Amino acid sequence: MAAGTYNNPGEYIEHHLTFFAKPVGEDGFWTLNVDSLATSIILGVIGLGSIWWVVRGATSGVPNRRQAFVELLIEFVDDQAKGIFYQGDRSKFIAPAALTVFVWVVLMNAMDLLPIDMITIVLGWFHLHEWRPVPTADVNTTFALSMSVFVLSIYFAIAVKGLGGWLHEMFCAPFGASPLLWPANLLFNLVEYVSKTLSHSLRLFGNMYAGEILFLLLWLLAATSPAGTLFAILLGLGWAIFHILIVLLQAYIFMMLTIVYISMAHEHH
Amino acid sequence: MNITLTLIAQALVFAAFIWFTAKFVWPYVLRAIETRQKTIADGLAAAEQGHRSLELSTRQADEAIKEARNRAAEILGQAEKRSAQLIEEAKVAAKEEGSREKATAKAEIEQEVARARELLREHVAELAVAGAEKILRREVDARAHAQLLEEIKRQF
Repeated sequence: MAAGTYNNPGEYIEHHLTFFAKPVGEDGFWTLNVDSLATSIILGVIGLGSIWWVVRGATSGVPNRRQAFVELLIEFVDDQAKGIFYQGDRSKFIAPAALTVFVWVVLMNAMDLLPIDMITIVLGWFHLHEWRPVPTADVNTTFALSMSVFVLSIYFAIAVKGLGGWLHEMFCAPFGASPLLWPANLLFNLVEYVSKTLSHSLRLFGNMYAGEILFLLLWLLAATSPAGTLFAILLGLGWAIFHILIVLLQAYIFMMLTIVYISMAHEHH
Repeated sequence: MNITLTLIAQALVFAAFIWFTAKFVWPYVLRAIETRQKTIADGLAAAEQGHRSLELSTRQADEAIKEARNRAAEILGQAEKRSAQLIEEAKVAAKEEGSREKATAKAEIEQEVARARELLREHVAELAVAGAEKILRREVDARAHAQLLEEIKRQF
């Protein structure tokens, strides 16, 4: 807590949960969360750019440590894709997409581990007073990802089975092809699509948002007294270590679900 | 918590990142990994090949050693047989030689004995004749009794 700038705890939390939103139109929809966008772009460029930088000079001989690490990461992602996706060449789209998701989401999640008030102070020098550093604690980011996956799964479903095949599946699976069952099938499929997309994004969002809130509460505790500071340090350390697991686990889950949903779109029922 | 234009912007960023990864990151790594896998597979195959040929040549060497050992044993057996044979032959030859020499010696001895006896007989005959001559000198005509004396001498 930057000393003296907040009158009460509510103000502190509210400040840290306010986006740097820039309106670009009249409606409430026409705003851009500059903080989420800028942070995610910077992280994506750093993460994927450094991987690109390493693999540009990739040798097929004995790899150095950097290359070995990148290969480890890529083979890990490739193994996951290999285990789920059988319908075609996974190197063409699904595996690189999974790698992108994993690297990007890990980095965005990891922003939770940075000390929030230090970021506020540093950005304050540049007159950026409202800045949320965790893009995945913004529903817009997680929905952007999950809806992209949704669009991709519909795209692949149509590309693989044809528009007719996809529509046939929408109406005739999973219960049966009888016209009486068409509404039930359609409803079921729509619910499935909506629930997949919602759960995909909200799972990640909820975890990261909760992590962020918990850190904020701990830093509030730190502002109460010296003893509170000590406790906050210990608890913050514990939570941060546990949060490393959550950061990686959520990114992994998000990547796996991305692979699963796109693979499912390739399957014939 | 509002859904805003940010969503669309983020989706576009996501698409751009996927495109970048699929185009510039994935193929490089995959090529490197696949080339290395092939190298390793080739190396393993070569090692397997070497292993097999080593086994083969070990077996061949074993066979050659076994054959040589058998041959040596055979030669040794032949040599032993031959030496035994030679010893046997030598024994037989020595025995024959011995008996021949014995026979020669015996014959010589007999010859010597016969000659000595002949000599003795002549000596005795001469002695007897000389004795008889001395006794008879006075009364016997040597010429007249020569036939008789010769007869006596032959009877010895």
